[in-house]
Amino acid sequence: MSIFNLKVNGRAHTVDVDPATPLLYVLSDDLELRGPKFGCGLGQCGSCAVIIKGEAVRSCVTPVSAVGASEITTLEGLGTLEKPHAIQKAFIDEQAMQCGFCVNGVVMTAKAFLDRKPKATETEILQAMSGVLCRCNTHVRMMRAIKRYQEVKS
Amino acid sequence: MRALSRRKFLKGSGALIVGFSAAGLTARFVTIPGEAVAQGINGPGSNQLDSWIAIGADGNVTAYTGKCELGHGLYTAQTQLIAEELSVPFERVKLIQCDTAFTPDQGTTSGAQSHPTNFNQSNLALAGATAREALLARASTRLGVPVDQLGVKDGVISVKADPAKKVSYGELIGARTFSMTLNPNAKRKPASEWTVLGKPIPRVEIPGIATGQFEYVHNVRVPGMLHGRVVRPPSVGATLVTVDESSVQGMPGVVKIVVKKNFVGVVAEKPWQAIQAANKLKVVWTPGSGLPNQRTFHEYLRNQKPTRDTFSVNSKDVDEKLASAARVVKATYHYPYQMHASFGTACAVADVQADKATIYSATQAVHPLKSTAAMVLGFKPESVRVIFKMGSGCYGVNGADTVSYDAALMSQAVGKPVRVQLARKDEMAWENYGVAFVIDQRAGLNADGTIVTWDYEAWTPTLGGRPGGNAPGNVVTGFLAGFEPQAFAARTPAPDPTNFGNGNNAVPSYVTGCVNGRCGGTGRVASQRVMTHDVKSPFFTGPLRSPARLQNTFAHESFMDEIAASLKADPVDFRLRHLSDPRLIEVVKSAAKTANWDARPSPRSGIRRTGIASGRGMSCVLYEGDNGYCAMVAEVEVDQSTGKVSVKRLVLANDCGPISNPDGLRNQLEGGALHGVSRTLLEEVTWDDQKVTSIDWRTYHPLYLGPDVPKVETVLINQPSEKAMGSGETAVTVVAAAIANAIFDATGARLRQVPFTPERVKAALDARA
Ligand code: FES
Ligand code: FES
Repeated sequence: MSIFNLKVNGRAHTVDVDPATPLLYVLSDDLELRGPKFGCGLGQCGSCAVIIKGEAVRSCVTPVSAVGASEITTLEGLGTLEKPHAIQKAFIDEQAMQCGFCVNGVVMTAKAFLDRKPKATETEILQAMSGVLCRCNTHVRMMRAIKRYQEVKS
Repeated sequence: MRALSRRKFLKGSGALIVGFSAAGLTARFVTIPGEAVAQGINGPGSNQLDSWIAIGADGNVTAYTGKCELGHGLYTAQTQLIAEELSVPFERVKLIQCDTAFTPDQGTTSGAQSHPTNFNQSNLALAGATAREALLARASTRLGVPVDQLGVKDGVISVKADPAKKVSYGELIGARTFSMTLNPNAKRKPASEWTVLGKPIPRVEIPGIATGQFEYVHNVRVPGMLHGRVVRPPSVGATLVTVDESSVQGMPGVVKIVVKKNFVGVVAEKPWQAIQAANKLKVVWTPGSGLPNQRTFHEYLRNQKPTRDTFSVNSKDVDEKLASAARVVKATYHYPYQMHASFGTACAVADVQADKATIYSATQAVHPLKSTAAMVLGFKPESVRVIFKMGSGCYGVNGADTVSYDAALMSQAVGKPVRVQLARKDEMAWENYGVAFVIDQRAGLNADGTIVTWDYEAWTPTLGGRPGGNAPGNVVTGFLAGFEPQAFAARTPAPDPTNFGNGNNAVPSYVTGCVNGRCGGTGRVASQRVMTHDVKSPFFTGPLRSPARLQNTFAHESFMDEIAASLKADPVDFRLRHLSDPRLIEVVKSAAKTANWDARPSPRSGIRRTGIASGRGMSCVLYEGDNGYCAMVAEVEVDQSTGKVSVKRLVLANDCGPISNPDGLRNQLEGGALHGVSRTLLEEVTWDDQKVTSIDWRTYHPLYLGPDVPKVETVLINQPSEKAMGSGETAVTVVAAAIANAIFDATGARLRQVPFTPERVKAALDARA
């Protein structure tokens, strides 16, 4: 066990865990956050994505010891029910989900990508999303929501 | 964990106090020992109005349903239904779903049955209509004015001619019971008057999900909760020899190793600790029982004995008609096992104490799970409460029930609440797969190119299934803990069919479906034989979105295309000539029109055998014989050098009766269509001689977001005066054949085995004459 000081959604947390523990478990079990979720635990689906230094990082394959002092942003760190972030609002407006379990991965991956590359072409966006899964196959609406976010941003 | 009685619960929320005892509920779920009710979809519900609807002193409405939200928008649609029938604003209706302590036993939320069950003249919809009429009758007495002179708006009943004379629902009944039964003749509000139902009301869960606030079953946390991890056998049929507890001694956080017959689990303080210990635990298993060779599996199915044989239709003149036909067309189709492969692995939280248990579960079947979890725990059903919490989309019987048993067994062993979320491989290697099929078909044609007889014979494997009310052994954990799956009931020869239902989803759309003089089919071919042989499966099987209908429609609709091609007939026109059901005809025409269907025979003329070829294909279905019409046109491109198929556009027309929420319906259809693409092109369970080898997203291939996603266009056909039908399983059903037919149109190569991997497509291209 080791002590880690994490900065998550602007707040400081101290946890005492096995250094090999994937960040996902710390976020969902120690900090009880609901955004990042366990989908595969293998880096294959995107479910556990969080944003660190502007990149969507798969927290299920990132040991907590690798995070260091970097600020971690999760889905609940973007916006609130009352004031959703523009990308969250786009997903709400497009009703872009069914069970919604994958939404964390889709939103965090798209946001990190478009914030880095606001003028990305459709092909580039598709490419950026091609490692993200939704088993309810809500892909069509999700792509619409992502494009809506891109438009709102620019 | 709070074990509120409904009485207290309602008091607390300011709604009505109702007589609705837990004992009454259990009595209604009767199980016969040794006989599984595995496929039971609809529970008995309740004929007591107070079981469905309560009105508080403030006039707010609480409604209770046994059909739960699975991501398909049902929670919102049911809320709309109650708001509509009672003429109260949507926001003033609170729906309580799927909690065995509170909600009527409606069996399982599945089979596209929620809409037909709760939106027609029964159950929830009837409760709404009964309540409105009861309130109007009371208002009539109170105001001294006949009912037909009263109007209702926003939960207030007023005299039409003198709106100042009025009384609210709260004043009429607030916090008191109706104490009456549902009135089977209560009048539903006609669709022409709807202001809430039928509108695209946004789903209530979505803002919470999008902002990371929503509580899935995975997020349930109860005080003192520990974490469990299962250790499944390494191969199919392996049984437990020994567990060496010393192998994990001293590992941080480990609380207990739980063993029950062949069930092994590890409980620890934290999930990561449980995972580490489960990986390290030394367990000795017997060798597995061995698995049939996957390459020849379809031949294996054909040769299995014993079989359970079923005739869905049999006009007894098929052999004769085939013998005298001008031409006979034959083909065989193969469908693989596929899995639900939910996006998030299954999770449950159980709190089992000495004499009672509470289970938080994403099961589709809270009341049945209450009974089977009680069996697993050795409890009486009334000592178990199951509370539904949404999970990852399930598409049928995924791991939700099995993980509920996992959590229950481990919680019982440690006497503390335990949360279990399965590892990806533990879910994928052991879930109840959608079934494989081998299908032989023959059609006899007369000289003018009309089908005169249709012969179908299929083999399909089965083992276990939904646990229903008394078969926990139908899923892996129950089986490992010592319960047998539902017994295989061999039956040869098949008895003559006694009535036509097509609930088993085996009959093609083009036959009359005549049994004992009553015809329930959608087509014109009177000479017909449909024979299914169920055989024992080496893997657990269970309903997966569009069970049997998807596999059979792939075969039927591909075959219809093959027949049309043999006659050089346009595939749409040829279908229409053999259909009789006007609603099925309408969806076919509507999809064709919207897709700008270019009428001509397939394959297209002048095909070049190299490069990219493009084509279009049609497919249609009436799901379950009476539960949703759909037709689809698929447009594809085939890279003839690699065999890669790209689906460019899907156009579908759907008719499920009156539309309760058009945006929710579109969402279902779009998702179903792409789910179909994924299953048609990519998905297949694989195994070696001992175990399943498709255990993650690199070995079981799903459709990711990204460039391989086609455009999807949906045409909604609203039928306000017809019965409400299902729409969760229509779109997915028609995709495989539409794509197969489009590939044929583009290239002249016929795909008869799903999935259409580049290797299979390439082989079919190379086999062209
Ligand atoms: S859970 Fe991390 S990528 Fe799937
Ligand atoms: S919405 Fe269910 S997995 Fe994407």
